[in-house]
Amino acid sequence: MKPPRFDYAAPETVDDALRLLAEHGEAARLLAGGQSLIPALRFRLSAPDLLIDLERIEVLAAAEPRRLPDGAFAFGAMTRHRAFERSPLVRERLPLLCHAMHFVAHAQIRNRGTIGGSLCHADPAAEWPALCLACDADMVARSSGGTRRIRAQDFVCGPFMTALNPEEILLEVVFPAWPARRGWGFREVSRRRGDFALAGVACIVDLDQDGRCENIRIAIFGAGETSMLATAAADALRGRVPSKQNIREAARAARAGIVPSSDHHASPEYRSDLVEALTTRALCQAVSLPEPS
Amino acid sequence: MTGQRAITLTVNGRLHLAELEPRRTLADFLREQLDLTGTHLGCEHGACGACTVLLDGRPVCACLTLAVQADRRSVVTIEGLSPPDGSLTRLQESFRRHHALQCGFCTAGMIVTAHALLSENPRPSREAIRDAISGNLCRCTGYVPIVEAIYEAAQAGGPAVTTAK
Repeated sequence: MKPPRFDYAAPETVDDALRLLAEHGEAARLLAGGQSLIPALRFRLSAPDLLIDLERIEVLAAAEPRRLPDGAFAFGAMTRHRAFERSPLVRERLPLLCHAMHFVAHAQIRNRGTIGGSLCHADPAAEWPALCLACDADMVARSSGGTRRIRAQDFVCGPFMTALNPEEILLEVVFPAWPARRGWGFREVSRRRGDFALAGVACIVDLDQDGRCENIRIAIFGAGETSMLATAAADALRGRVPSKQNIREAARAARAGIVPSSDHHASPEYRSDLVEALTTRALCQAVSLPEPS
Repeated sequence: MTGQRAITLTVNGRLHLAELEPRRTLADFLREQLDLTGTHLGCEHGACGACTVLLDGRPVCACLTLAVQADRRSVVTIEGLSPPDGSLTRLQESFRRHHALQCGFCTAGMIVTAHALLSENPRPSREAIRDAISGNLCRCTGYVPIVEAIYEAAQAGGPAVTTAK
């Protein structure tokens, strides 16, 4: 259908956007790339009085991320998926993000969709919330009351629900710098290229000098009500030298740790199978072991 | 208060001033107000790519873009990718030769996407082509002739299409 009537504002500063949000409260919706909001409007799932377009706020869409004193990279919330896909800096310093972008919808969507929009939409099958979990990212949110930093694991609260309150705007997403030698893995299954994930796994593995897992984060998406960290799976590998055997153990722990969703795309049994298989493959990729055929 | 908005945008090289409701999509604006009906409406929720246009040179779904978001920007539609005398570009000629269209409904979107691909990657592999058109659905051809048409047009070298200035 066509979108319902709404009023529209395109503020040029965060403060102006916050003022509009405060004035209109829940009757206003923030417009980022629009690749989820506009379909929602077309399906009449949403009928706001006012759309606040963030596109003209320059500080949200800087061409390059800010480098923080601790070496972390702060990307503006309006950074497009395409920017992550094409950036030489991201490919070199945060390669998991660059690789995962190839799985986000298709080129036309990636040219408009944004990291902030995806995170705030919090679709359980989306890649960005899981990537932020895997990379231990922080979300920086601002309201008229001030700024706060929210850890990735505290950001998504439920399907399509975040910890942001109605008068807050997500400003940027902060990714800690990667250690020099970090392994990463990413696997996703969908019916067609670019479709929403039936299940997916994003992981990072840091090995110490003896080849033992020192730091390991495994994020699962598409399989349950929200993306989540597979903590039991990570525990199964922490302090150990990865092997096909203990990776299989970790994958089984990942499977046990989810409550798989059921819908017309996939049964819970299939999702469970996928979580186990994709965790195995992603971990093998991260530690350069051959994947099971 | 849901009043009209004034926008200024360049479409196929020409400046347009318009007043419209914010809820008007770019696709509907192009088709209904500018009579540029080459841009087609398939799914109207961003899955099929039939409405693909170039926004500041990049392919986007016009059905998922509000016309007000195109304010002060440049849009190129399928009509803007052909020379004004109506002759076929090398890409279009290649589509014809390879039978890369049957009903033609997806074709405008395919050509716009292919044009954007070749502007960035003048000699793409078939893999890269398939990747690039993964946001453009076709019900008729089975995609193979489309990929071949784009591949051959690219191999011939030189500019694949003429953009109206």
